[in-house]
Amino acid sequence: MNVTRGFTGRRRVSRPGLPPGQYDAGDDWPVLSAEVTPDLAPAHWSFRVDGLVERPHTWNWDEAHALPGSAYEGDIHCVTGWSKFGVRFGGVSLDAFLAVVGPHVSATHVLARSHTGYTANLPLTDLTGGRAWIAWDQAGVPLAPEHGGPARLIVPHLYFWKSVKWIAGLTLLDHDEPGFWEGNGYHERGNPWEEQRYRGD
Amino acid sequence: MTEQTHGTPGTSSASPARFAVPGRIAVSEQVAAEWQTATLTEVRRETPHASTFRLAVPRWAGHLPGQHLMLRLTAEDGYVAQRHYSLASAPDDSGYIELTLDRVPDGEVSGWFHTVARPGDSIEVRGPLSGFFAWPGDRPALLLGAGSGIVPLMSMVRHHRARGLSVPLRMLVSARGPEELIYAGELGAETTAVFTRSAPAGVPVGRMSAAHVAPLLAEQPPGGWEAYVCGSNGFAEHASRLLVAAGQPVDRIRIERFG
Repeated sequence: MNVTRGFTGRRRVSRPGLPPGQYDAGDDWPVLSAEVTPDLAPAHWSFRVDGLVERPHTWNWDEAHALPGSAYEGDIHCVTGWSKFGVRFGGVSLDAFLAVVGPHVSATHVLARSHTGYTANLPLTDLTGGRAWIAWDQAGVPLAPEHGGPARLIVPHLYFWKSVKWIAGLTLLDHDEPGFWEGNGYHERGNPWEEQRYRGD
Repeated sequence: MTEQTHGTPGTSSASPARFAVPGRIAVSEQVAAEWQTATLTEVRRETPHASTFRLAVPRWAGHLPGQHLMLRLTAEDGYVAQRHYSLASAPDDSGYIELTLDRVPDGEVSGWFHTVARPGDSIEVRGPLSGFFAWPGDRPALLLGAGSGIVPLMSMVRHHRARGLSVPLRMLVSARGPEELIYAGELGAETTAVFTRSAPAGVPVGRMSAAHVAPLLAEQPPGGWEAYVCGSNGFAEHASRLLVAAGQPVDRIRIERFG
């Protein structure tokens, strides 16, 4: 351990929900997208699931909203170090979308893509079983454009760069294929509890 | 390097991605994974609220302008605080790197740097990280920054000068006032400063506007500009909209937001 002379740090508060190396951002919700925030109206938003599926399908705004509603209430964790407690996202569970398309048994990974062209890769198992959502509300109000509105992917058990803003679609694959940050040196999975920030962590 | 975004095999939807911004360089896995000891050798006051910290990192693998590092401080009880900071120095400063940090009220890490740190102290760093915001000095660069958002852009300006590069480079930087303009004494003809609260006599006070951006986009270099925007999210949103409105392609705007 390399102790830094004179460094005491914040008052230690035990936060059971805080992964290693993270701090509580409190009321802040930093924005860290690397691209220009798109001007995307709900009427122009669409969400497609394709690749290794039985029935590729595209939903528009109204069709996606016709699926059974589901919410995530809990914490989110950004690779840059902040965590935000007690956020509430409303939308539809990804399981509901996947049930429509029928993933092929050979599908193991997913490349999620944004309407901006941003991408992130995920193991399919991280997106099923009630652990991922397409969300359009936060705290009961429509998601702001800079936070991914009109709709974004939410995968709260992984670092938040996986929760693709302005979500356009998922492609199911039988192999892993790096997304935007993964191709820029970030970890392929990004589990905050194992501090998987950069490739090799 | 191709500027196309990766077409995914099996993607039948293929509305072509309009503005996925490609990374500029490959990143070393080994370098990114390893923590190294860095020794503080010098502290230089830049403005009333920002100072530059010069660090000796003997095994520093080198970086490209625009890259950042991760830094950690460890308390006696083992508590660790880590942050990402942009590199301010040009890549050729062999074995040394410089960071310029704002003094953030109640800043856990920046507070230590501004009130406790002195030459001889050691900390830990890992990097350089992320190729996304890097500028290898190959294409014309249009840099827009605000406050300490100038830091990674200054690395680009310094690199441009140190190498005597002929590729065009222009910087537009916003500060509250002349006394808050970081690196003021080092800025040259490539830079236009915009002051939002107070300005020297004869210089208008106001926000960065289309009037600042339009002339730069009117003088397009061959191949066009690669735009780099750095600052708070509010500034990044504002500046990137100015660029888009002035005709800069969205897939050639890279944004580094503080947060």
